[in-house]
Amino acid sequence: MTADPLVRVTGLRKAFGAHRVLDGLALEVRAGEAVALLGANGAGKTTLLKILATLMRPTRGTVLVAGHDCAREPERVRPHVGLIGHGSHVYEDLTALENLKFWTALAGLRAAPAELAGALAAVELDRLAGERVRTFSAGMKRRLSLARFVLARPRVLLLDEPFAGLDQRAKKWLEEHLEAFKARGGAMVMATHSFGRELAVADRIAILSGGAIVLDTPRASLGPDAIARLYRLHTEEGA
Amino acid sequence: MIFARRAWSVVWKDLLVERRSKETLNALAFFSLLLLFVFQFALGPDRERLAAALPGLLWLGFVLAGLLGLGRTFVLERENDCWEGLILAPGDKSAIYVGKLAANVTLMLVVEGLILLLFAVFFNVDLAPALTGLALVMILGTVGLAAVGTLFAAMTAQVRARELLFPVLLLPVQVPVLLGTVKATEAVLLGEPLGAVGHWLGLLAAADVIYIVTGLLTFDFLLES
Repeated sequence: MTADPLVRVTGLRKAFGAHRVLDGLALEVRAGEAVALLGANGAGKTTLLKILATLMRPTRGTVLVAGHDCAREPERVRPHVGLIGHGSHVYEDLTALENLKFWTALAGLRAAPAELAGALAAVELDRLAGERVRTFSAGMKRRLSLARFVLARPRVLLLDEPFAGLDQRAKKWLEEHLEAFKARGGAMVMATHSFGRELAVADRIAILSGGAIVLDTPRASLGPDAIARLYRLHTEEGA
Repeated sequence: MIFARRAWSVVWKDLLVERRSKETLNALAFFSLLLLFVFQFALGPDRERLAAALPGLLWLGFVLAGLLGLGRTFVLERENDCWEGLILAPGDKSAIYVGKLAANVTLMLVVEGLILLLFAVFFNVDLAPALTGLALVMILGTVGLAAVGTLFAAMTAQVRARELLFPVLLLPVQVPVLLGTVKATEAVLLGEPLGAVGHWLGLLAAADVIYIVTGLLTFDFLLES
């Protein structure tokens, strides 16, 4: 792990009108580290991910990703960030290979056919490269979404409910890939509602409530029941 | 070079998706056919009335079809949150504008060609002698229409009342283009040489340049906001 965190958030506030979704939030994530964000619906998990991804601007505070300010220099942040949100960012009428080709070209990357095929093989979609995405399951679309990052190699992955809607096999596959990403020195911030196996990839658990992180603790020593207890203790949902 | 490659990737993607889904082309072809039926009934067999109204009707058809097509420019991007992907793609966003504009111009010219063909058949007009001049006016007019249309389609893409707002914003800005295209088309159809409509073609070219430069300068801001 390096000394400088890849994600550094200080005094973050995000308000929609008079409603403050995030208020005074602070977070640091280092290379090779994954943080799972837990919180009730509307706690601001997705808002935080969108701010880190430069899709939203903070109202106040500093958000640095890979040393660049998300609000002032979003274009410098973007090459370092990969977002897997609720949408898979794939075109249904294009094939898996065509989707990958498009997003790679749009990102300004040059990828040889062998590299594109390799990226699809890495997400186990090589046999379906010529199939239209319209025929894919949710898990396959998410894998295709991940294939973009095999080529783009972002340093920070932002994941919003990455395991939602996946079967056991797809969950295991995703877990292994996220572990491999961490092992290569990537940092991850993952929003989730799950207390179970999905948290295995996380090194820390951060509970978001009242617009700030009220608990940030290592996950290793905590089982699902302990996490659920902590969650109830610290959130309005459990109050 | 990277800018051109990024713009080309958007053209390629948009036209490939359209070729496969045929959503816009089918709708526009059917709409054009309906429009011509209406014009045919309204004008009847009177050749003089037709000759006077033809340039206006032709461009009315082009503009109405264009409004439908341009309004759908970013519909595709709402599927699976691809809009977010466009924003997050590193690099100059104006490449996306150029790509979208080129795809729109291509699609509109295909539909306009079809409308022109249907006009010739429905109204029994020989357009062959005026085809070169007409093609030039159509290209200049279509680029102007698409340049602003693509920009306003991006502006209204995330707005709830976009179907209403889009034509309300677009049509007033298009007045110079409409004026130039109708006047130039009228002259070309009357058999006048292109030199005689040079001032209208100049106006169209100037409008195209202004609209495209405005699009290039503002698209990044529009996409981000």
